[in-house]
Order: sequence, then C-alpha cells, then structure tokens
Amino acid sequence: MPVILATDLIVYALALSAAWFAVKTRRDGNVRAAWLELRRRRLAMISLALIALYAAVALADSIRYRDAAQGGGYSAEALSLLDRAASGLRTRAEKTYSAPFSGRLFSKESVELPDGRVVRDYPALKYPGAHWLGTDKVGGDILFASLKGVRTGIVIGAGATIVVIPFAIFFGVVAGYFGGVIDDVVQYVYTTLASIPGVLLIVAFMLLFGGRGYQGGLISEKDVALAFFVPNDRLFWLCVILGITSWTDLCRLIRAETLKLRELEYVQSARTFGAGGLRIIYRHIVPNLMHLVLITFVIQFSGLVLAESVLSYIGIGVGPEMGSWGNMINTARLELSREPVVWWNLLAAFIFMFGLVLPANIFGDAVRDALDPRLRGR
Amino acid sequence: MFSYIVRRILYAVPIVVGVNCLTAALFFYVNTPDDMARKILGEKNVTPAAIENWKAGHGYNLPAFVNAKESGLGTLTQTVFFQKSAPLLWLDFGRSDRNNIDIGGEIKTRMWPSLAISVPIFIAGLASELFVAMMLARWRGTLLDLWGLVASVVMMSVSALFYIIGGQYVLGKYLMLFPISGYDAGVHSIKFLVLPVVIGVISGVGSGVRFYRTVFLEEMGKDYIRTARAKGLGEGRVLFKHGLKNAMIPVLTNVVVSIPFLFYGSLIMETFFSVPGLGNFTIDAIQSQDFAIVRSMVYLGSILYIVGLILTDISYTLVDPRVRLE
Repeated sequence: MPVILATDLIVYALALSAAWFAVKTRRDGNVRAAWLELRRRRLAMISLALIALYAAVALADSIRYRDAAQGGGYSAEALSLLDRAASGLRTRAEKTYSAPFSGRLFSKESVELPDGRVVRDYPALKYPGAHWLGTDKVGGDILFASLKGVRTGIVIGAGATIVVIPFAIFFGVVAGYFGGVIDDVVQYVYTTLASIPGVLLIVAFMLLFGGRGYQGGLISEKDVALAFFVPNDRLFWLCVILGITSWTDLCRLIRAETLKLRELEYVQSARTFGAGGLRIIYRHIVPNLMHLVLITFVIQFSGLVLAESVLSYIGIGVGPEMGSWGNMINTARLELSREPVVWWNLLAAFIFMFGLVLPANIFGDAVRDALDPRLRGR
Repeated sequence: MFSYIVRRILYAVPIVVGVNCLTAALFFYVNTPDDMARKILGEKNVTPAAIENWKAGHGYNLPAFVNAKESGLGTLTQTVFFQKSAPLLWLDFGRSDRNNIDIGGEIKTRMWPSLAISVPIFIAGLASELFVAMMLARWRGTLLDLWGLVASVVMMSVSALFYIIGGQYVLGKYLMLFPISGYDAGVHSIKFLVLPVVIGVISGVGSGVRFYRTVFLEEMGKDYIRTARAKGLGEGRVLFKHGLKNAMIPVLTNVVVSIPFLFYGSLIMETFFSVPGLGNFTIDAIQSQDFAIVRSMVYLGSILYIVGLILTDISYTLVDPRVRLE
C-alpha cells in the first residue's frame, strides 16, 4: 500500500520535468542548441551527473509503501525504497558513538573478559566495519542519516521554486501584458512581500504553520488520513514559505521580459492575425519566458539548500525527527565541545552538503551562460 | 532633490501599511490571541478565566478586525488589529507578551552590540571583496584569475554554519587566539569581536568576489577603457581610476540597501557568539514564541529595507552626475 507525502509530489514533479526536458531536447531546436552548448562544458556535465545521483537517491527515498501485515491490514511504518535498500545500515545500530571505520565504541564501559575479569575498556562494536562514517549518540549509522538528508536537501532546493513557478509566471505575465491597474496591484504585492526580511517572514510563517501535520520520522497511522496521501507535512510548508520569499525576483524578471516581448514583431503580427490575448500569452509569450524560469530555478537551488541548514539551526526548519544536514550540524555543535571531540557527524554533513551545493553552483552558472544569449560565446 | 525624497517617502507609505497589515493578519488571524495566551500560560491546566485575564492585561481582549459594539470610526479602531498595528506606524513598539518589557527601549540598547559586530564585517568585507575582485579582473584569463574564481565558487558552496563552527573550533578552541564567544561593553569588546568579524568576512567573500569580478569584467570591455589604454595609462590606473568609478552603480545597488540592516545585526552570528544584539533578541523571541517582539522585528526590518532602497536611489546621484532625481 503506497503512502505519498505532499513533498513526494515535489520530487515526482522534479523527475517528470527532467524527463520532459529530455524529450524536448530531441524535438525542439532551441533547447537542443542550448543542450549542445552545455554538453561542451565538461565541468558542467560532471556536476549534472553528481546532481542526478543525488536526485536518484531522493527519488528512491520518496517512493514508499507499507507492507501487508500477517493478520490482514498493513504494517504501521511506510518504508521507502532507500530504507529498504539500505536496511543493513538502518537496522545495525550500535549502543552509542563510534568513530568512522572503528571496530570499537567511543566511550569506555565495563567489559567482561573471557576469563571472567571485568575491566573498563572500549567495547567491541556489534557490527565492526559496517559504519563507514561512524555512528551517532544513539548508535545510528551516520552514512544512513546523511543519505536521508539528501531527500530533504533536494526537496528544499527544488521544491521551493517549483511550488511558486506557476504563480510567478501567471502574475508576471498578466502584469506585463495587460499593464494598467493589474500591473500596479501585482507590483505592489511583490514589493510589499520583498520588503519583509525573508528570514523573519519564514520565522513568522513556520511558527504558525510548522507545527501541523507530519513532522518527520516514521509515518504513523494517524498521519495517513486520506487513504494513502499525507497532505500536511512540515517540509512542505517550508518549501511554500521559502518559495513565497523568493518568487518576487522571478516575478519581477518575468514581468520585465513580458513588457519587452509584448512589443516584438511576432507578437504584433499574431495580434494583427486576430489572435486573442490568452492565445498570444500561451503560444507566444510563455514559451519565450521559460529560459528565465529555468535559470532562476538552477541559480536559486544551491542557496535554498544552504538556507535549510541555517533554518534548522534556528529551530524553524524541518522537524527534529526528519533526516536533514541542518539537524546533523545542529547536533554536531554540542559534540564538538565534548572531550575527546566527536567530529564525524559534522564532517559527514559537510561532505554531503558540499557535494550537492558545489555542483549546483557550477551547473547553475553553466546553464545561465548557455541559455542567456547575451552571455553566450564569452 | 528634497521634493524627490519626500515623494519617495510618500510612495513608501502604502508599502509600509501593506507590510503592517500582512504581519498583523499572519499573527492575529491565523494565530488567535487565545492560542497565544495558551502558549504563554502553558498548554495544560489553563482555565478560560486565566486566558481572558491574560488577554485583557495585554490588550488582546478586543475583537480581531471589526468591533460591532462601537459606532462610527470606533468599529475599526477599537480592535486588536488597529490597537496593535497602528502604533507601529509611528514606531511605538509596545510591550512584549511574555515578560512585559519595553520593546522600543530594548531595541535602542541592543542596537549598539549589533552595530559593533556588523559594521566592521561590512567595511572589511566590502573592501576585501572589491580588492580581490579587482585583482582577478586585472589579471583576467591568467591562472590567478582561474584559481581565484575556483576558490570563490568553492567558498560560496559552504554553509555559513561551517565557517562559524570551524572558526570557533580552530581559532578559538584549538589555537586559543580569541575567546570563543561573549561580549563586553566599550574597549574590552575588541577581543570578543575579532573572531566573529574574521569569520563574517570569510563567509561572505566567495559570493562577493564572484559578483564584483563580473561587474569589473563588464566594465573592462567598454569603450572608455580602451580610450584610457590608448592614452597610454597603465592597467592598474585604468582599473582603479576609471573602472572602479564606473562600476560604482552596480556596486552601490548591491551594497547600500544593506546599510540600514547593520542595525539589525546577524541572527546566526549573534547567537553563536552570544552577542546581546538585536539578532539575538529576535532568536530568543522566536524560541520563546513571543509574538509581540517577532512582529515588531518583522516590521522594523521592513522599514529598514525601504529606507535602504531610498538611500540606494540617492547614492546614485552621488556617483553618477547623469542621474537626476526629479
């Protein structure tokens, strides 16, 4: 029995749009030209491959179902494909901290030797060699925790923009095309939103909405209200509010571009042929705005992933139960003040985050250069 | 000029009112005073009488948006919305929900630690970003430029949290060069300020250098630069004298808007380094769910942003005589 979270839809939407672009590359000459331009950059392609790897992990972590239980009905927990594939990492918990590749626990305990004597020593792990990146305070595998963070990172990076793209296009195009009072109202709305400092708007919003619905961790019976769909999910609200704070830039860009496109010859000629406003917008204006949408999407991606860690630190990010790099950094802060230092939680979060944000930055630049003709060939 | 500024301020009025309405709607409509009272008094064992009492004590006992009991203007003014949001327009922040402290007074005292940490970061950060960006633009296309660019992309891919945690650990705990966190008034504050300032500059330098480098490269392709070179000026003089002056407009667009925010400090830096500034104040309010403070800070932030936009427009006239504000 499948269980779908609201944020799973975002991951599915991301996968579908990637597939759509792949098809479009074969059919559409302009997209193809941009793709060939992009293909020439080796660094951008390596980055894309890395991002795709992260996205694949996120997708595997977004397809989840409940097993049929023995006495009829279904088991309480809905495990994702990732949970199932990595069940070795998930279930082999130790007692407490252990360093990467270590065969022993990190703290001394009373250990009974084979000859019956009891000494204080570092006890051997139950599963030596299983935890490549070490274990956390309750003995959970750090590699698995980092992998669970991948979905959160991808959902935040992509979801925040995906959620608001339709609104940004609609309001931007309507304001730019029809002008007049509509333009004034739309401009007023986004100027007002933009003048509230982003982080504070996020704080206000998350304090009010964040407490409702699924908070992360195991999906229990009470979360699954509508048969198999979980509509309320803290991560989803986070995407919505991050989207609301970032859509103003996109909307402003689209409005300006629509103002320009509206006066171009091909739109004029469509109008003389008697095409209506909606048809012109749909056939002639929106397709010519899509490069702006794509550029904004990839450029904003890395910033949003970084924002998640900061918000989780302030305590208004994803729930503490949900796997996220921000939460890992947050716990690592206290571990660094231990003596001796527990450093591997921080290191793992750093590596996984850096491995997504750096390729996203490089790929974002490459996409902008390839799609924005003013920068092309430089 | 004066009439322009007056007009700009008048334009800003509807936006300020809009921000005020939006925050009030967020805080009063979605989260009713009853919810707030329950959060403050504790979720459990709270009687309806105690809630009414708290609401009366903090001025939340009026209807939310329309008061049907009053007549005339009173139907609109005798409401929580008006009583709580209108005073903000003349910067009367009222008292906090939890400890009944005077928010306006608190802002005035906490502004100074915030400034002590944010002004040095701002100045040192901007200077170093501009300098490095100009060095890269001066030797564009060389290995220095390439590696400088690589370094700045790598640096901007690291979360600010890592810089803070790493800096505190390496410089504070391991090398013991500076105290890890804390604050002191007056001259003694300097030893506490060095570490946050260094970290603040480092964490912003990546994206800054990359942005300003693009700005300078754009300028270097223009005709007046070719003219300056044709006159026989050295590359350094061309860049610092001619390029820098003409690159001021995009630089100012990026910089001036953030100047009013220096009062505000930085949310994360201040909590990590226990600086008793406004950022720390806000985080405390968020964590104790004191909505009166959070609402005041949201409003103050918006005002500072709008002031920043007006300052940006005025600053254009200072660097570019072609810009006329009429």
